[in-house]
Amino acid sequence: MSEFQPKIVAFCCNWCSYAGADQAGLRRLQYPPTARIVRIMCSGRLDPVFVLEAFRYGADGVLVAGCHTPTDCHYTSGNFKAERRVLLLRKLLEQLGLEPERLRLEWISASEGEKFARVIEEMTQKLKELGPSPLKSA
Amino acid sequence: MGVFLCKCGGNISDFVDLEAVKRAVEKIDGVVAVEVDEHWCSSPAGKRIKEVIKEKNLNRVVIAACTLNMHQPHFMEVLQEAGLNPYLLERVNAREQCSWVHKDSPKEATEKAIDLVRGGIARAKRLTELSPIVEKINKNVVVVGGGVAGIIASLELAYGGYRVFLVEKSPTIGGRMAKFSKVFPSLDCASCILTPRMAEVESHKNITLLTYSELQEVSGSAGNFKVKILKKPRYVDPALCTGCRDCTTVCPVKVPNEWNMGMDKRTAIYIPFPEAVPRVATVDEEHCLYLKHSKPGKPVCGKCVEVCKAKAINWNQKPEVLEVEAGAILLAVGSEVFDARRVPQLGYGLYKNVITSMEFERMINSDGPTGGKVVNPVTGETPKVVAFIQCVGSRDEKYNPYCCRIGCTATLKHAALLKEYVSKDIDIYVCYNDMRTVGKGFEEFYRRVRDMGVKFIRGLPSEVKQKPDGTLSFNVFDTTTETLYEVNADLVVLAIGLVPSPDIEKVAKLLKLSRGHDGFLLEAHEKLRPVETLTDGIFVAGSCLGPMDIHDATSEAMGAASKVMGFLSAGEIVKEPIVAKVNEDLCSGCRVCVSVCPFDAIKMEEKGEGKFVAKVDEVSCKGCGLCASSCPTAAITTQHFTDEQIRAQVRGILVGT
Repeated sequence: MSEFQPKIVAFCCNWCSYAGADQAGLRRLQYPPTARIVRIMCSGRLDPVFVLEAFRYGADGVLVAGCHTPTDCHYTSGNFKAERRVLLLRKLLEQLGLEPERLRLEWISASEGEKFARVIEEMTQKLKELGPSPLKSA
Repeated sequence: MGVFLCKCGGNISDFVDLEAVKRAVEKIDGVVAVEVDEHWCSSPAGKRIKEVIKEKNLNRVVIAACTLNMHQPHFMEVLQEAGLNPYLLERVNAREQCSWVHKDSPKEATEKAIDLVRGGIARAKRLTELSPIVEKINKNVVVVGGGVAGIIASLELAYGGYRVFLVEKSPTIGGRMAKFSKVFPSLDCASCILTPRMAEVESHKNITLLTYSELQEVSGSAGNFKVKILKKPRYVDPALCTGCRDCTTVCPVKVPNEWNMGMDKRTAIYIPFPEAVPRVATVDEEHCLYLKHSKPGKPVCGKCVEVCKAKAINWNQKPEVLEVEAGAILLAVGSEVFDARRVPQLGYGLYKNVITSMEFERMINSDGPTGGKVVNPVTGETPKVVAFIQCVGSRDEKYNPYCCRIGCTATLKHAALLKEYVSKDIDIYVCYNDMRTVGKGFEEFYRRVRDMGVKFIRGLPSEVKQKPDGTLSFNVFDTTTETLYEVNADLVVLAIGLVPSPDIEKVAKLLKLSRGHDGFLLEAHEKLRPVETLTDGIFVAGSCLGPMDIHDATSEAMGAASKVMGFLSAGEIVKEPIVAKVNEDLCSGCRVCVSVCPFDAIKMEEKGEGKFVAKVDEVSCKGCGLCASSCPTAAITTQHFTDEQIRAQVRGILVGT
């Protein structure tokens, strides 16, 4: 059997993290082919339902990536909203029987291609340790 | 729906099997055409997209190619020309976020591409027709920074008929260039070419010059910014001051003169240099005895007031905030020179006869601290042996990995000036990493300086020591002759590079702009949009983008000014319709959206019988979607990023459509 390849849904804000992921590409940084990016205008646009639904449809992990706190958010404070939501969502995931580490929040700027690649690398590693999402088999 | 897969000349197709992607998505419900092309961004390919739209009667288009930060306006136009609403286009990033980052695993890259295209198709199905929001724009421009880039940009704009507010934080415009003696490679005098342009800035009817002023707050958006500018008190009425400098002859305070890199002293009331624009005195409130120590009824000092015939000194000036409306902002806030104290082994700050290239620049300038005489600061005599050390703080992982781009040519200039204007008998050594002389006429200039007898050693010393007699000595290994030399010099000049100034951080924070790893501002695209930022209406030029010489800063300033004029001359701005929209039937009037909106774009509107619903001001709304994700009744959403669209994309990625 081939090794378990986790699937990550990465919600990236348009201004910093989506551009950061582009930067990784421009520099040809290589990282595991596990992440699928969904562009949202701001990390604060993240509705908790998006994350729950990603897990429901079989994601092994979810990344929420936005501009650095406290000052980089293109919309002033959306990243703080995202941070609060993710903290609460982690608690909810735990109650649903999912490891909270499956949901990760990162601040990745438009120039941090390396950080984007590293975060996906680390997440992939972590998810391999955790194994497939328990919701998948259910 | 039509799906267009781009090979990108192999950039994508070398690592992603597009035929496999095609097979995987062509059966998806609603997909009636899947085509693969070498470059969908090319003009014949655009024609092909239009043909397919018409032939197959498409009502949605998915293009899987590069990032949507490339070619998006072009593809939207293609749809428009085929009679399709441009917001029915969905882009899938198969290059930057797929093929380029998974070169070693083509199988998985292909699987990922399939998922991404499926997500795109699912989202595309839920896209709706939208119309851009058109707004009138204000034709004023705020230029921040009065160095050579800001000066040139302001003049270009002013002559183009646009009203310019030029904001400069120091008492005069001119920037670093005004401190230079000569410019490379022509060796003509820097102030002879700069000061006439400074005077033009002052007299041009379209330019409002705001020196000793800083950007304080910016609100609004492209086309209609509201800019608050803080005018610091200079305690001198510029309308009355004649620039006679009598005050500077009586002021008892002496502080290091930043204009001469601290090599001499200035008074607390001062005019930085004779050609300053405006030629108006400024009181440095940090050091002025009157401002620091006077108590009510008990003034201290005030000698300048006694001597000022124009009665220009005004102790009652207060900081003033000016509000300006502008359609565009052009940033030319410049850079700083590297602090050579950070490399203590080279002796700067320890030995007086180790100086920086900027200090040398002031020393050889006729209105500098020595009146243009190059002297050994220890002995006060003309040096016999001068050694230049290159790349101080540059091309070094410990300080700045990048090349300062000016150090080599600046040192060539300094060596040439020493030989031509001081004495051809001075022995000159240049210790370098690589001589980088890439500008027009620079290589010829290098050859000319070599012919003058300047000795070039390919190698950098690790330490500079002072001998008991005050001369400096270092060992350097020349990698071209494989010889270890001992150099003894009276004067060592460190070629310092350029670093981002704190102003860059400040404007980046104020305007929410991205900065690169090196701390300089990030352009929208390094090749194709070099003088724009990713934020509409904000343009950039000069060394706040990275180290550059005067020629490049001027070219960028002109480029940025012409971009600004192009932007403003349209008279209106077409804003993306990515804004919040309220379903009044679902709105419960709870006001959560009002509280989370960072732009004050949502107001409550009374609908009678005490019922209130949220109403979005489309002009102020920037489309972040904080309201949409906070609304408890899902009554508010963001157009083009609705819950349905985002959820469909997630589902499409994970389980097909």
